[in-house]
Amino acid sequence: MAALAFSHEGDSSLSAPTHVRINDCNLHVATVNGSGSQTANATLLRAIFQMGVPVSGKNLFPSNIAGLPTWFTIRVNERGHLARTRTNDVLVAMNPETAADDIAAMGPGTVTVVNAGIPLPELPSDRTVHVVPCGKLVEPIVPDAKLRKLVVNMIYVGVVAHLLGIDAEEIDRALGSQLGRKQKALELNRAAVNAGLEYAREHLPPAPVRIERRSLTDGKILIEGNTAAALGALFGGVTFVSWYPITPSSSLAEALQGYLERYRRDPQTGEATYAILQAEDEIAAIGMVLGASWAGARAMTATSGPGFSLMTEFIGYAYYAEIPAVIWDIQRIGPSTGLPTRTSQGDLLSAAFSSHGDTKHVLLFPASVEDCYQYGMQAFDLAERLQTPVLVMSDLDLGMNVSMAEPFAYPEEPWDRGKVLTDEELDRVKTFERYRDVDGDGIPYRTIPGQRHPAAAYFTRGSGHDEQARYTESSETYARVMDRLARKHETARRLAPGPVIDRAPHAAVGLLSFGSTAWAMDEARERLREDGLETSHLLLRAYPFHPDVRAFLASCERVYVVEQNRDAQMAALLRMDMPDLAPRIRSVLHYDGLPIDARSIVERVLHGEREEVVAR
Amino acid sequence: MSTPANKTPSAAPAANRVGLTLADYKGARSTLCPGCGHDAITNSIINAAFELGLEPHRLAKLSGIGCSSKTPAYFMRRSFAFNAVHGRMPSIATGVHIANRDLQLLGISGDGDTASIGIGQFTHLIRRNVPVVYLIENNGVYGLTKGQFSATADFGTKAKVGRTNELMPIDLCALAIELGCGFVARSFSGDPKQLRPLLKAALAHRGTSVVDILSPCVTFNNHEGSTKSYDHVKEHDAPLHDVTFIPPHEPITADYEPGEVRQVTLFDGSRVTLKKLEADYDPHDGMAAMVTLRRAREAGTFVTGLLYVNAQKPAFDREVGMVEAPLASLPLDRVRPPRRVLEEIMEAHRSGAAPR
Repeated sequence: MAALAFSHEGDSSLSAPTHVRINDCNLHVATVNGSGSQTANATLLRAIFQMGVPVSGKNLFPSNIAGLPTWFTIRVNERGHLARTRTNDVLVAMNPETAADDIAAMGPGTVTVVNAGIPLPELPSDRTVHVVPCGKLVEPIVPDAKLRKLVVNMIYVGVVAHLLGIDAEEIDRALGSQLGRKQKALELNRAAVNAGLEYAREHLPPAPVRIERRSLTDGKILIEGNTAAALGALFGGVTFVSWYPITPSSSLAEALQGYLERYRRDPQTGEATYAILQAEDEIAAIGMVLGASWAGARAMTATSGPGFSLMTEFIGYAYYAEIPAVIWDIQRIGPSTGLPTRTSQGDLLSAAFSSHGDTKHVLLFPASVEDCYQYGMQAFDLAERLQTPVLVMSDLDLGMNVSMAEPFAYPEEPWDRGKVLTDEELDRVKTFERYRDVDGDGIPYRTIPGQRHPAAAYFTRGSGHDEQARYTESSETYARVMDRLARKHETARRLAPGPVIDRAPHAAVGLLSFGSTAWAMDEARERLREDGLETSHLLLRAYPFHPDVRAFLASCERVYVVEQNRDAQMAALLRMDMPDLAPRIRSVLHYDGLPIDARSIVERVLHGEREEVVAR
Repeated sequence: MSTPANKTPSAAPAANRVGLTLADYKGARSTLCPGCGHDAITNSIINAAFELGLEPHRLAKLSGIGCSSKTPAYFMRRSFAFNAVHGRMPSIATGVHIANRDLQLLGISGDGDTASIGIGQFTHLIRRNVPVVYLIENNGVYGLTKGQFSATADFGTKAKVGRTNELMPIDLCALAIELGCGFVARSFSGDPKQLRPLLKAALAHRGTSVVDILSPCVTFNNHEGSTKSYDHVKEHDAPLHDVTFIPPHEPITADYEPGEVRQVTLFDGSRVTLKKLEADYDPHDGMAAMVTLRRAREAGTFVTGLLYVNAQKPAFDREVGMVEAPLASLPLDRVRPPRRVLEEIMEAHRSGAAPR
């Protein structure tokens, strides 16, 4: 084959490379959206996972159904460093449109598999390029040309399996677990994998990065953050979900819909212990949540930036009228529509102070799929305990990509429905005033519509109200109610999950991360240590900040707040909260829509530290 | 509130079937302008609820923003109320119903709250057929912000400050019928004899019922040249029929000539009799209703009465498929699946798991 002439290989190259890296590599696959590459990539990821080696997959996809370029990156790392990296070891270039750039980005010592027919640029000789005739190989397997397009990607699965040493049996199992029920599809795909594998065995040498069996993933699960969040809501006893489709949050609502349908509907009677509605827009979605929550349901919604903006007025209402609500914001990047399929942590300030007037909200920052599951439950408890919206600030990277985790634990605690007075309790208490701070924690008691007790009813309004929920324009009363709401916010500091702190003895420098940014922190700290900089680390889990956050900042000379937005939004919240400690706060910012990587953090921290020396 | 001082024990106020007096259905004193049509509607609501013997704890009052939306404070003080944000009462109603399907929902809105900012939620409420009595206290102007035209202001009507409305109005009843609403009526705040039975019928309907009530704004829209002034509406009110509401199991006492009366049976067994006035009108005929509304607009009149009814429309909760008990009342063990379910799901996500 003519194309093969470009390949830097001869018979001698079939022997194993001299420097081999084990279980530490990045595989980058460039395909066309809608070409069925998802199954191919998931098969590779799962097979590596089944070999017991920690692995993560990141899907970089366009806002498009079919035709635009898409990339999938698999990181394999037996030390568990699974954040994004900026460089790749192996590239599979299947998309002619992006191939030139994709290939040009590969560095020395890398291996590229390129589909035959894609023109190759001039390349230095220290990059290996294998041209594989995927189309030719799949032709005899799938006679139907239309179907062929969907199976051709399985050729590279076989090729990569050979290059990296992925066990063919595990590839087969992984394929089975994805297509098991579709027998014909399974057979076709299996045949294509084998064709790729055989071709590669015959023509290509193994890559200098290899995968070897370990037992580091035993018993673990692979799951997306949005699916984990849905599971949390399911076991948290959600009774009502209202949502409006928006990337990247739709998969949360859809996963939840699937679970609810399966586990919360009586198969005999068809009766459901939940309701899920696709609203006409996000304003209606949050309105329905507030109505349901007010009337005693555990209600939630999931959205992303633009939808979150639309919910703002109602969120302010819920703050002032004190109605629980759980809102998942699966953050994507940008003002306006921005880049709908890229990740960010850019909604922090707009969430913390969502709506006009003096408002401040409780935010949770899930940093793993376990957190998504746990907060899926805890957010309800917290919202009902505090009678206020709880905003769970996930993001696209966490929500839509799979991560490894220990299997989730069944909740051993009952739910916390907060301060609700039943009719019997109303009989016992002398007076019920909806907005009276009886316990000094700023949290009043509530009753639930439908209660028969003559003292139970109250009037909920977003206009000025007194302790008895009566309309008032009294200045003193308004200020008094607002002061109590501020007191309630103070109470939230200790009710919300506190930070996780890893203190290095004698370290002057602290790093602070939250949400999906946390994934790169272990690796970054390890590299900083190699460069002679010991750091302490704080994983922030909620706003308002727990007192331990203050103590951490006070114990460090400098704290680098690592976040994925342009304007240092978390740093701003920290400075507002602790103005006396503000001079210690530095920022590491990342805001190109791609998940943050350890190298970026290391470079910026080291740069900051150098500046520090110069300043002295 | 205490009973008036001049009442003696011998003249104890009459109690309804649930043992409550008319005073039990009242609320705080109205803060609207004296003579406001909305206060007349409030009165009709109080009387209708008293006469029906509604239990206050089984009803929730909902509203948006505007003069009309303030009125839930002025009736049924023993009922829960949710005065929401502008134009979004329907979404609140939908959520409340889902949480507690036993609650009867009475939504009060205005023409600004419904026909402009809230038109989207209004249409989707009807589309879903959420069981809510949706009253529009319709005066053609924004009262709280001092007299701007609303989207129901008639073409050519004059504002107090002299501007003429150049836009065609949105007819909320025609819109509701078009959307398949199962109960659509129009009435006039100044005609409690018609409004009260219509309110009772709306409360007996299962599904969204829309009652558009012309309710003159005495401060900003009661002048010469306004098509929604009290005098203009009174003069151009064209009732389709005399409306009588008969609760379930109560016999019809009046005698009617054959062909003089149409009877509508509602979901709960209550009936509405419609005594013919000028022409026969069949409220089951949606097409005819649309024609009637269009002709009335062209003639510059307001047809009032039961415009359209379809008591058989499938209820929203049946379509959602919720359990009989209110979702809000379900204990933890009914809403947290057992341990084996989590184990089953975890197994499916484990390495080398079997296909699902």
